[in-house]
Formats: sequence, C-alpha cells, structure tokens
Amino acid sequence: MKKFSVKTIVAIGIGAALFFVLGRFVAIPSPVPNTSISVQYGLLAFLSVVYGPIAGALVGLIGHTLIDFSYGWGVWWSWVFASAVFGLLMGLATKLLKMDEAEMGKKGLIKFNIAQLVGHVICWGGVAPVLDILIYNDPLDKLFAQGLVAGVSNAVTTAIVGSLLCVAYAATKTKAGSLTKE
Amino acid sequence: MINLFNYIDRPSPIHRLTGACKLVCLIAWSLAAMTSFYTPLLIAMTAAALVLFRIAKLKLSDISFMLGIMFAYILLNNVLIFLFSPEHGVGIYGSRTVLFSLVGPYVVTTEQLFYHLNVILKNACTIPIVLLFVCTTNPSEFAASLNRIGVSYRVSYAVALALRYIPDIQREYRDISLAQQARGVEMSRKASLVNRLKAASAILIPLILSSMDRIETISNAMELRGFGKGPRRTWYSGRAFSRMDWACMAACCLLAGLSLLLTWRNGGRYFNPFV
Amino acid sequence: MENQGIIKFDHFGFQYTAQAEPTLYDINLTIRKGEKVLIAGPSGCGKSTLAHCINGLVPNSYPGKITGSLTVAGQEAGTLGLFGLSKIVGTVLQDSDGQFIGLTVAEDIAFALENDCVPTEEMHHQVEQVAKLVDVEQVLHHAPHEISGGQKQRVSLGGVMVSQVEVLLFDEPLANLDPATGKQAIVLIDEIQKRTGCAVIIIEHRVEDVLYRPVDRVVLMGDGRIRYDGDPDKLLCSDLLQSSGIREPLYVTALKYAGVTLTPEIRPSYLPELTLSPEQKAQVRRWFSRQPPAPAEPEREVLLRAEGVDFTYEGGHHALRGITGDIHRGEMLSIVGTNGAGKSTFSKVICGFEIPQGGSLTFAGTDLSALSIKERADHIGYVMQNPNQMISKTQIFDEVALGLRNRGVAEEEIRPRVEEALKVCGLYPFRNWPVSALSYGQKKRVTIASILVLKPEMILLDEPTAGQDLKHYTEIMDFLRELNSQGITVVLITHDMHLMLEYTPRAMVFHGGKVIADKSAAEVLNDPEIVAAAHLKETSLYHLSALCGVNQPEEFTRRFIARDREVRL
Repeated sequence: MKKFSVKTIVAIGIGAALFFVLGRFVAIPSPVPNTSISVQYGLLAFLSVVYGPIAGALVGLIGHTLIDFSYGWGVWWSWVFASAVFGLLMGLATKLLKMDEAEMGKKGLIKFNIAQLVGHVICWGGVAPVLDILIYNDPLDKLFAQGLVAGVSNAVTTAIVGSLLCVAYAATKTKAGSLTKE
Repeated sequence: MINLFNYIDRPSPIHRLTGACKLVCLIAWSLAAMTSFYTPLLIAMTAAALVLFRIAKLKLSDISFMLGIMFAYILLNNVLIFLFSPEHGVGIYGSRTVLFSLVGPYVVTTEQLFYHLNVILKNACTIPIVLLFVCTTNPSEFAASLNRIGVSYRVSYAVALALRYIPDIQREYRDISLAQQARGVEMSRKASLVNRLKAASAILIPLILSSMDRIETISNAMELRGFGKGPRRTWYSGRAFSRMDWACMAACCLLAGLSLLLTWRNGGRYFNPFV
Repeated sequence: MENQGIIKFDHFGFQYTAQAEPTLYDINLTIRKGEKVLIAGPSGCGKSTLAHCINGLVPNSYPGKITGSLTVAGQEAGTLGLFGLSKIVGTVLQDSDGQFIGLTVAEDIAFALENDCVPTEEMHHQVEQVAKLVDVEQVLHHAPHEISGGQKQRVSLGGVMVSQVEVLLFDEPLANLDPATGKQAIVLIDEIQKRTGCAVIIIEHRVEDVLYRPVDRVVLMGDGRIRYDGDPDKLLCSDLLQSSGIREPLYVTALKYAGVTLTPEIRPSYLPELTLSPEQKAQVRRWFSRQPPAPAEPEREVLLRAEGVDFTYEGGHHALRGITGDIHRGEMLSIVGTNGAGKSTFSKVICGFEIPQGGSLTFAGTDLSALSIKERADHIGYVMQNPNQMISKTQIFDEVALGLRNRGVAEEEIRPRVEEALKVCGLYPFRNWPVSALSYGQKKRVTIASILVLKPEMILLDEPTAGQDLKHYTEIMDFLRELNSQGITVVLITHDMHLMLEYTPRAMVFHGGKVIADKSAAEVLNDPEIVAAAHLKETSLYHLSALCGVNQPEEFTRRFIARDREVRL
C-alpha cells in the first residue's frame, strides 16, 4: 500500500469524526431497523471525491464502526463494509470520470450524481444484502426491502447534501482575480 | 459527551487485558458468531458472554441505555423477518410443524420459531462482547491496539484522531446549528424531506468547510512534531501482552476455528433438531 | 561557538508558488543561542511566513521559491528538512486545539517521542518530567476539553520541549488566552527560557503584553522586509511601531502625549524598571489636569432586564447563579470574564439556545421565555466568533438574504432590505461576489449584515476582534461604533481589555456564574480585586498614574482614551 500523506491521515480521522457526529446525532430514524435517513453519506461521497478512494473507504469503515460501537447494538460488519465500499467506489469514480472537485459545474454534478447512484445501488442492493445472507441467512426479500429503503434514502440525501457540499467547496476555490466592484 | 463510548474504569481481570488482546478476541468471537448456526455452540457462547460480563464487574445500570436500543433492534429485526418470510425456517430445516395460524398466509411453525431463536442467539452472544470491549477498553488504547495487530500506524492514528476530535466537532455542530436556527433554518418534521435536507446543509456546509481548515492545522502540527518520519512508531498507551492475554486470544481463536469446523462439517451449516 | 547564531537568514527571500509577488525580501537576521526575540508586525507583513521558514513548513507544506540562504544550527534548512528541523526548533502554534492531538494530556506530550520510537517505559518517565516543568502533572490523564485554555498551551509547550529542542518558536501565543492567562504564559516562557537556555522567538502583534517580561531584541517587520532589528528601548523611543500599524504600550503612548521625551536610559520597554525624573512626572500630572474631563454617559431606558437568571447544564455544571442586570437601549456594552465564568452561557440564554431553570428575562417589557429561538432573533441578533462557522451560501447576496427567505419574506421586499444591510456594512460594491473572495474581516461583516437584515434592536457579538491586528481591529470596531450610533444596542463578549476600555463605556464582569461588577470599564480595570478575580489585566495606565502621583487612576484612563481617540481619527 502506498504511503499516505499526513494530510490524508488527518482527513480520514476528521472525516470519520464528522461521519460519526452526523450519523449519531443528525440521523432521522426510519421505520426499518438498521436504516435511517442519514446525511452522513452526502459527506462521505464528498470527502471521497476530494481525498480519494482509500481515504473514502477508511472514513466509511472507521466512522460506521464507531457509530455501531457507541450504540452498543453490536457491530453490523455487513453494513459497515458497505459504507466502506461506497467511499471506495466514489473515490474511484472521481478518477474514472475525471471529476474535478475545484470545478463543479453542471457537468461535474451530473457525473457526481450518476456515480453516487451507481455506488448506492451496488452497496445497498449488492454488498450489504449478500453479506447478510452469508452471515445471518436472513430472508432475501427482507434484505432487499431494507437495502431498497437504505439505498433510496441515502441516494436522496447524497444528491442534495453531497451536491451542495461539492458546489460550496468548489466556490471556495474561486480566485478573486476576475471580480470587479460594482 | 465526555464518555461517548461508555468506557467504565473499574479494576477487573477484563480491564487488565490489553486493548490489542480484546480486539483480537472481539474479532474472533464475532467471526464465530457470524458463521455458526450450530445452536448448542451459540447457547454456550451466549452463556459464556454473560459470565464474562459478570467478571468485568459491569452492572446493568451502566449499560441500560444501550440495552434499550439493543432490545428494540432485535425485536424489530425479528418482526421484519417474520413479516417478509414466515416460512423461512421451513425452507431451512426441511419440515413443517404447524403450531397455530394467524391471519392470511401467516402461520406459526416450530421451524420458524427455531430459526428466530438462532437469529436471536447470534445477536445475543455478540452484543455483550461488543459492549464488553467498548466498556472495558480505554479509548487511548484503540490506536495502539490496531497497530499491534498489524494495521499500519498511520491508519491507526486516523482512528485516534477521530476519537480525539469527535467531542470538538459535536460541540461545533451544536453551536452552528443553534446560530442557524436563529436565522430561521428549520429541521423539524413540519418541513418536507427535501427542505429538511437543504436546512441540514445550511449547518453542514459551514461545519465541514471549517473542518477542512482544521485538517490543515492538525496536519501541520503533526508534521512539526515528526509524525510520519519512520516506518514505525511506539505508543504511550501501548502495553506488552501478558500470559493472560495470550491465553484469551488462543481461546477465542480456538472458538472461531471450532465454529468454522462445525459449519463445514458434513456440509450442513445448521443444527437441525427436526430430523 | 558560543556566540554563533543558531538561526541565520542571509539575503533570504521567499515567494509562494501560487502568488505573483514574493512574501519575504532580502531578510538578514541572526538569532543567537539563548536569546529571546520578539518578532512583531501587522497582518500580512510576512512574520508568519518567516516562522514557517524557521520550522520547515515552508517549503515542505507550503511550496515556493527560496532565494538566499537559511542555516539552522550550522546546517542549511533545506538539507535538514522538516523532520530534521523539528529536532532543533519546537513550534507552539496559535490554535492550541489544533495542536492538541493526543486523547489525553500525557499522550499529547508523548507524541513526538512516539514518533521517535522511544520505548514506552522511558517515554512515561520523560513525560512525567516535562509535565512537571510546565506544571500540568496534575492533569496528565485529562482529555483536552477537561482543561483550561492556559493549560492547553502549557501542554503544547510540553509537547515540543520533550524533544529537547534548542529553539522555541511561539506563533501568536496570546491570541486565544484571557488577559491574566496570557500574562502567566509570558511568565512561563520567561522561566522556561532561563531554565533551559533555549533561544525563544515570539511572533506577536501585542507588543505590550509580551513586554510583561523583558526581551533581548525586537524585530519589526513590514511588507516582507525587516524594518527594525534591535534594542526594544530604542524602538519604543521612536514612532516606528505606530507607523507600522502596531499598538504601542499604552503607558508609552501616554508619556508621548504628555510631551515626555523618551530615551533608552529610562527603560521604556519594561514597566517595572521605568524610571521617570521628577520633572517628567510633573509633565504627566500637568497633562492630566489640562485634559478636559471625559463626558458622562447619558441616562438610557432599559432594553433587556435579567432577574435572578439561573442555569445548570445537563451534566450538572452550574453555569449561571442568579444573574441580575440591565442592558440599556442604544448602549455599547462589554461582557468580560474568564472562560467558564458564564458569559457565553448568558448570551446563549438570551438567544434562547439554552432554557434557564430560574429567573426571568424581559426584553422591552415582554417576557422572553414565551419566544422561540427564531422569534427572539427578530429582536436580538447573535454573531459567532468565527465567520466561517456561520456562512453557508456561496454568494454574498444569498447569505445575507438567508434569514429573510427562511421567514418567507417576499422576494421583492428581500432585495431592497439586503442591499440596505450591505450598504450599512460597506459591502454593497461586492454584492455579486462569492463569499470566498473576501478577506476574514469582510466575511465578518457579511455575518453581521446577515444579522442586521433582520432589523434586530440589539446585536450580541462573541469575540468580534479575535486574531485581528490593529488595523482590522480598528476597522471592525469603528464599524460597530457606527452601527451603535445609528441606535442599535451592541453587546460584546470579549477578552480584550483595550477594546473594553476604548469602545464600551460600561462593562459587566462575570465570575463563577455571577456578575461581580457592573460599572464603567475604566473603573473595572482600576480595581485590583475585580481584576484578580475575573482574570483581567490591570491596564498599564494604572501603574503609570501611580508612578506619577496622579491619584485618580480611572479618570486618568478615561482622559487618555478620549485623547487617544481624537489623535487616531
């Protein structure tokens, strides 16, 4: 594994702390267990775009594990793993689609949202249920119902929160050079 | 806030084990519980978990909050399984013993109840161990333990940083959220979902962008004190393994091995009392 | 070897990669072993960049082009690299929360040792010794949020001293401390330097506060160049500080106003050793009697009345114990006290962020407890310390309009109201700019505009000038005074003694959840008992008036402030 820069390490740590705080204190509960309308996936998608796939995966892994630890409901490795995969996929998609976090125009946002949709489908429609079947042999349709609720709500929050974050971040990169007083 | 992970400092044999040992045990134990559907083993593990809980001198009152969430979770999970697939147990165990029938297609069978018992046992034998780990391991030891079991020290330190800055970020979130509420930002259930998420963004954007400034300060501070120069580092809260640590780790690894063995023995994963 | 410089800049220049102009030009500076040097200068003068060159962040974290040479302990800084330099130069950053990396005090002090692979046993031993040296051995196992700001800074110092460095570099050590803690920090730095023989470099624009203990040399910077490098006494005899936009020690300015001719012999740089001749003292007394008395404050009606307000946090911390006091319509008021004295909690209670368990708050005759956070915000605006924590929109116009839009105000009405608020704040020419193109001070104005647009009768500002140099400080404060003269009540929560003296006629002093004083700022700062209890710092004018035999120190302070305001306008 290639050596991370110190800045990436710090980004993973602070990112995981943010993921935790958002997931633990901002979550709006939904009726299906293990799923909630969680804004942290918008954050995760954004951080993966900025800091890359490995950082994204680790933010998801560490942040989600800490949330499970603090609730004391056991660690649901299948879902933790799905969070990590989502971070990884978003980071990879950034490279694949050549997204530029400093320039998030309409085109960038479309790419971002396609990537996040595909990512959520893979994670909550694929990774999480498959692992749950391996571990718990839960009924299939129950798992896919859970996956559907989680996937849809995460995709909605990512579309709104993640996109707004990307736009706001890109705006901080604007230079004053071209501006005139009126 | 100070004790988010509910670390309870009490002298007990479990507390004295090193964090790295407890981490290995947690992983091995979870692996055993995850793979196995062998009911006697699950019962034995649940009993053992409860005994360990006593040894750690934890009281029910210490974890009442966590217990509540746990019960609610297990209950909902089982209700859902039943709603979606009332005949799941029948499929697994290959026989059908009807006890009584509910409305419509919902029939209660012994096989289904037995399947539920297994699912509950799988939860019941893991959750106490996770609680045990969380309640008896000083967060300061988390990072050192991860590094001890082979995770690179850089990634381990990211975990330490997360634990360090969670309280700060939590406080900042609260402050920002209040100041935005004063400007009329509302996240209450009255607003539509989209508006609620937009409102959340009004809090998240300043929180996250100012956290990105913080990333720069912290990484400067760390580099100025030599973080990342060597291929390894030592830990202030690291501890050497004692004989007890080795014994516990060996026991848990044996347990995981036993569970795997039972799973692949004769190809039958399930302990089936119906044949 | 003894007198050789440990840090030597030789025709040194630096230009950041992203910038068109160099930040440092032709720096020639030598810092010798065991020397104590103050580097002062206004924001943007290059003093932080100079510090980054010394500790290696330039060019490791902030790349750019270097000309000339910099040697540290006889070696080129470039060949030492960031890690090599960190063994020689220990840096204490301004942001003590950012620098506090460990989960506990002990782990944070040990951080550098961990990176050096020091065995755990030995590490525990060394940490204990350093903790004793910086006096934090009582809190070794505390988490960062369980200790005070002063203790955090001691931990930061311990964390770099543990590497046995030869140079200690302090980047704005006073910025986040209350006045008394700042004073203690300066004393601690002095003691550590004497005990270890380290060279000490302090980067600060608060010259008077640093001079609480003597320094060997002052380096004054401006526009990327060294303007002065030498004896502090000589510097204070000149007008260089004033003309560089740095505040002189108040007693020095007062002496100049009185017409006293300053010479290095009377030791103007160190107040305890300042020696004035009988004639000079008489000059000061004559000046005092010539100055017109400061005008009395007009009577005003009560806007906000607190009666017996009591508040305890969930965890059991009893933060407010029966707060009683009035805020008057149209006044400008300071709320001062240590961290944890209850001043922030009081402002949260006023804004409705926390609900008090006892007592009452009435605003212009109506009971505040019936109003929600949002409703209170129509009357009382709250401005956070860090503007980056408030701004959520990318465009200035949208940011200012946010509060109105959330209140469902029609778009036709929003435009004129936002434009008016922008005009008041001097931001109208920038109305179509993105927020990110603004300076920190301008962002602060955006946050104030976004509050003013709701037309509150009163605004509450948390540390409005934290981290600002004299120029920006004056800009922000004059702007607030302007607002105040338009009838808006302004309440400031602050650590800054001079701000309180200069801008707010009245001060409420909080201590241990109680109001221990509610009187004029000059009276507060001339009352040693209150000063000690609330961790404030006596103004040096108090000592000067005592030295010169003026027996009305409060009036002396008031007249000085009135005169100073005239001169600076």
